[in-house]
Amino acid sequence: MQAIRIIGLGNEFRGDDAVGLLAAIRLQERVGNHVDVIEAESVGVELLDMMKGAETVLLIDAVCSGQVPGTIHRLDASSRPVALGLFRRSTHAIGVGEALELARTLGVLPSKVIVYGVEAEKIDIGHLLSPAVDQALHKVVELVLREIETHVCTNSIS
Amino acid sequence: MSQETPRTRTIAVGAIARVEGEGALRVTVKDGTIQDVELKIFEPPRFFEAFLQGRHYEEVPDIVARICGICPVAYQMSAVHAIEQIFGLHVDGALRDLRRLIYCGEWIESHALHVFMLQAPDFLGYESGIAMAKDHASLVTRGLRLKKAGNAIMTLLGGRSVHPVSVKVGGFSRVPLRRELDVLKNELLWARDAAVETVRWVAGFEYPEFTPDHTCVALCHPDEYPFNEGRIVAGTGLDISVDEFERHFSEHQVSYSNALHCTLQGAPYLVGPLARVNLNHDRFPHAVKQVLADTGLSLPLRNPFHGIVARSIEILYALEESLRLIDRYESPSAPSLPVTVRVGTGIACTEAPRGILYHRYRVDGDGVIREAKIVPPTSQNQGRIEQDLRLFLPRVLDRSNEEAALACERVIRCYDPCISCATHFLNLEIAQVKE
Repeated sequence: MQAIRIIGLGNEFRGDDAVGLLAAIRLQERVGNHVDVIEAESVGVELLDMMKGAETVLLIDAVCSGQVPGTIHRLDASSRPVALGLFRRSTHAIGVGEALELARTLGVLPSKVIVYGVEAEKIDIGHLLSPAVDQALHKVVELVLREIETHVCTNSIS
Repeated sequence: MSQETPRTRTIAVGAIARVEGEGALRVTVKDGTIQDVELKIFEPPRFFEAFLQGRHYEEVPDIVARICGICPVAYQMSAVHAIEQIFGLHVDGALRDLRRLIYCGEWIESHALHVFMLQAPDFLGYESGIAMAKDHASLVTRGLRLKKAGNAIMTLLGGRSVHPVSVKVGGFSRVPLRRELDVLKNELLWARDAAVETVRWVAGFEYPEFTPDHTCVALCHPDEYPFNEGRIVAGTGLDISVDEFERHFSEHQVSYSNALHCTLQGAPYLVGPLARVNLNHDRFPHAVKQVLADTGLSLPLRNPFHGIVARSIEILYALEESLRLIDRYESPSAPSLPVTVRVGTGIACTEAPRGILYHRYRVDGDGVIREAKIVPPTSQNQGRIEQDLRLFLPRVLDRSNEEAALACERVIRCYDPCISCATHFLNLEIAQVKE
C-alpha cells in the first residue's frame, strides 16, 4: 500500500484548468520515491482507480467558486463531502466532488483525502495560465510539499 | 436571464459544466405553441483546428487526443487515417486489427460510463449515478468494472488509458505481444457475460412513447460492423464515399450558438449508436443478433430513449469483437509502416462512440499541417436534438420550470452529447411571447 499519493488534475489546453496537472509535474521532480505522483488529464470515475492502494491522497485541481483567482482552498474530503459545484467539471465525466462521493458510497475512499482547489480566472481554450494562477501554482506546490513533510513526521513519531 | 413579464416564464436551473461553455436551452412559446427551440450545448473544436495549423503531422495524434477526454482514440483514428490518405498509406493486417481493438476498448468504456452512470439513473428514478450507487452498489460496481475492461484494452495498446500515446501515422509506436493480449481475456470474458446481462437489464426499463422521424447516418462496410472504414450511408438511401461528405453535408452558423449546425439535404440527421445499429445490425455476429432479438424490440429503433439499448448492444459487440481479434492476433513484423511525406489533402471518417467523426487535413511538403477541419458527432446531432426537444416539450410545458428542465435534460442525455455528464447542466429559459 502506498502511503502518500499526489494526483494533479488538469487540461493543458484550457488555460487555468491546467494548474493541477502542472502542479503534479513540478511535484514529481521534488518528491522522493516514497510518494506517488499521478498527472491526470481527465477527471471522472477513473479517479477511483487512481486512488486505489493509497492511504493518503492529495488532490490538486482548478476550481470555480467565485473567489479571487489564485485563492487556494484546502478541503478535507476524508470525513465529509466537498461542495459538488466547486470543481471544474470535465464535460466528459463526472466531477471531482461526485467521484469522491461515489468512492465514499462504494466504500473505496482512502482514509485520508485532502483536496487543494486553486481558484481559476479563465478556463477558455488556450495555453497559458493567468498571472494570479501562475503565482498560486508555485504556492500550492510548496503547500503540498509541506503537507507531505508534516505527514511523514507525524507518522514517524507514531 | 430574461426579464419576467406577465406572459414570460424564465427558468435557470443551475450552472452547467464550465469547461466547454454553458449549456443553454431557450424555448419560445406563443399561445401554448412552441415557436422556437434554441439549444446551445457544445462548442466545436475550432481552437484545435487553428492550433493544428503549423504543427508537424507527427504531433497531430497527441494534440487531437485532447479534444475529447472520453474519446481520444476516435480523434486519433480519424486523424491518422486522413493523413495516411495523403501519404498513400494503407494500414492492413494485424495493425488494422489493433486499431479496431483499441476502438473497441474506447466504445466499451465510453458506453459503459453512459449506460450505468449517466442514463440508467434517469430510468430508475435517481437524480445521479451516486444516488443510484447508494441503493445499487453492485450494479454500479458492475458498470465501473465493465468500463475498466475497456480501459484495460486501451492502456495495453495505447500505452495510457487517457490520451493514448502510441497511436501514430502508419500504425503504433509499440505493438503488444500475443501473450500480453491473452492476459486480458479472462476479464473480457467476464465483461462479455456482464454485457449480455446489461442488455437484458436495460431492455426491461420503462420507456416513454416517443418516435420522432430520424434520418440515421453511419458508416457502412460490406464485411464488418464499422469502426475505421466504410462508406457513409443514410436512411434516405444516400450511399457515398467519405471523400464526398462535404458535398452532401453542410454546416451553417446559427445565431444563438457557437456551434455549426449540420444538415443533410437541408434537414438535421442522427449519428451515433442508434443510427449505427439501425443501419448495420445485419453485420453483428449471430450471438449478438440473438441477444438483440431477445429484447423483443423491433428494428429500426426509432425511440431516442432506446439509445441506451443500442449502447448496451454495442458494448456486447465490442467485447465479442475484442475476443475475436485477440484470438487471431499475431505480432506484426513492424509496429508501423514507413512514412514518406507527400503534399496533399486527406479525409477520413470513423465511428466515434457518439457517431461519425470527420477529419480533413492539408499537409505541405515538410509534413506540416496547413489546414484542418474537424466535424464531431455531437455537432452533427445538435439539430436533431433540437427537433426532438421541440416534439417532446409539449408534454412537459404544464409542469414546473424545474421539472420541465429535468425532462429536457433526460431527452438530451439520450444522445450522449459531450455535455451530458454534469447532472444538471442546463440553463432553461421558456419565454412566452405576446402578440
